Amino acid sequence: MPDELIQRVISVIAATQHIDAKTIAPDSTFEELKIDSLDGINIVFALENEFNISIPDDAAKSLRSVRDAAEGIEKLLESGSGPAPAAV
Amino acid sequence: MSPLGHTTGEFWKSVSEGRSGIGPLERVDRSLLRFQNGAEVRGYDPLRYFEPRDVNLLDLFAQFGTVAAREAIADSGVAWTGDLRERTAIITGSCTGGQSSEDEQFLELYRNRNPRINPFTIPRIMGNAAASRISMEHGITGPVYNVSTACSSSNHAIGQAFWMVRSGASELAITGGAEAIFSLGFLKAWEAMRVVSPDTCRPFSKDRRGLILGEGAAMLVLEPLDAAVARGATIYGEITGFGMSSDAHHITQPSPEGAARAMRAALADARIGAGEVDYINAHGTGTAANDCTETAAIRCVFGAHAGNLAVSSTKSMHGHALGAAGAMEAVATVLALRHELLPPTANYTTPDPECDLDVIPNEPRKAAAEYALSNSFAFGGLNAVLVFHKAGRNGN
Repeated sequence: MPDELIQRVISVIAATQHIDAKTIAPDSTFEELKIDSLDGINIVFALENEFNISIPDDAAKSLRSVRDAAEGIEKLLESGSGPAPAAV
Repeated sequence: MSPLGHTTGEFWKSVSEGRSGIGPLERVDRSLLRFQNGAEVRGYDPLRYFEPRDVNLLDLFAQFGTVAAREAIADSGVAWTGDLRERTAIITGSCTGGQSSEDEQFLELYRNRNPRINPFTIPRIMGNAAASRISMEHGITGPVYNVSTACSSSNHAIGQAFWMVRSGASELAITGGAEAIFSLGFLKAWEAMRVVSPDTCRPFSKDRRGLILGEGAAMLVLEPLDAAVARGATIYGEITGFGMSSDAHHITQPSPEGAARAMRAALADARIGAGEVDYINAHGTGTAANDCTETAAIRCVFGAHAGNLAVSSTKSMHGHALGAAGAMEAVATVLALRHELLPPTANYTTPDPECDLDVIPNEPRKAAAEYALSNSFAFGGLNAVLVFHKAGRNGN
């Protein structure tokens, strides 16, 4: 996975959670970062905007770590999910 | 006024047969939505119920509430006097008030740069619009207000009205809830919460994928049992207890302890033991979090008796009408006791070990239940539970 992608994910999480990006590692779990389910959907929202992608509900709910998020985004970008239908 | 029909008779017919009113949304542009289905009130023509001027003044939610109150008041056969009008309360529940009107008018301003906002926007969007309209139509001059506690709004409203009548503070109360939520902005906000099902509402089923939004209104007329008997009124059922609690836990995640405390408080208020309850109309939204949390709460309150309880979620049929949900479910619960027919949980496919209650899957059940609970648990951790008893205790 490109380092740049994971760094962008970390930046988004840091900005959304108002925490220092240095405290977030690629293998940090949401639990370690004290990210609950509501924070999780806010992060997904921010990631959709950052990468201009549409993350399906089921995928959004299964995220448990920074790496989960980055891997999911990589797949979506590869499959060319395109902009979210809602992102108008 | 519901996705299952415009009258109590139509609503009960669908609920008691397990027929769902969930379908493709017709009032909004679905191309901008990830989910496509909802439980809309269908075939509604405002001019069938209101003069054109009043249609301009009333958001759909207030229209729904007004129409439901007309049916309830007419059916109650109450004979109004000036004194009774002063001693009658109206307490409604609505979570969002006239947000569709707000959406429509602000869109004009923000997108179309139209600097003129409809002068009726404020009276249309206020949460008490339905309560106020009902008071004006029927000349009711006692306490009138609206409660807004998200998904518990109408259970809180009905509970307050019940306590006011029981305490003698009011002689009569008109109470329930009204909601009309199908505006694109509001639906997009729900979509972003990621709790709305992409297909249908399957409460307590392993493959449940979320709630289905609904709308409508239901109203009840409450009075002391003796007064109802004395005037020969049709008594549909009794409210015998109300309990509420706050989770003080999380803004959206439910807590079994909070829900359990509200159920216990309601049982204590009704002065009955847990073992006397036969049926629970569950909050049962069909979300991953609610249904297993509610199951845990029920098990916690009822212990071994939980295995004897029949529990169903009628949201599987009328959807989740937010601030009107408790009122619709109160009607479903009262009529279930009256007709000795428990409504099912529709759309059920697969047992979930975390929701291991008897949820009356798909088919209604003949059962003479005496006491029933109706649960509402709101975002914000606000829980409100009503206890109903079948009419006819003490030979009445």
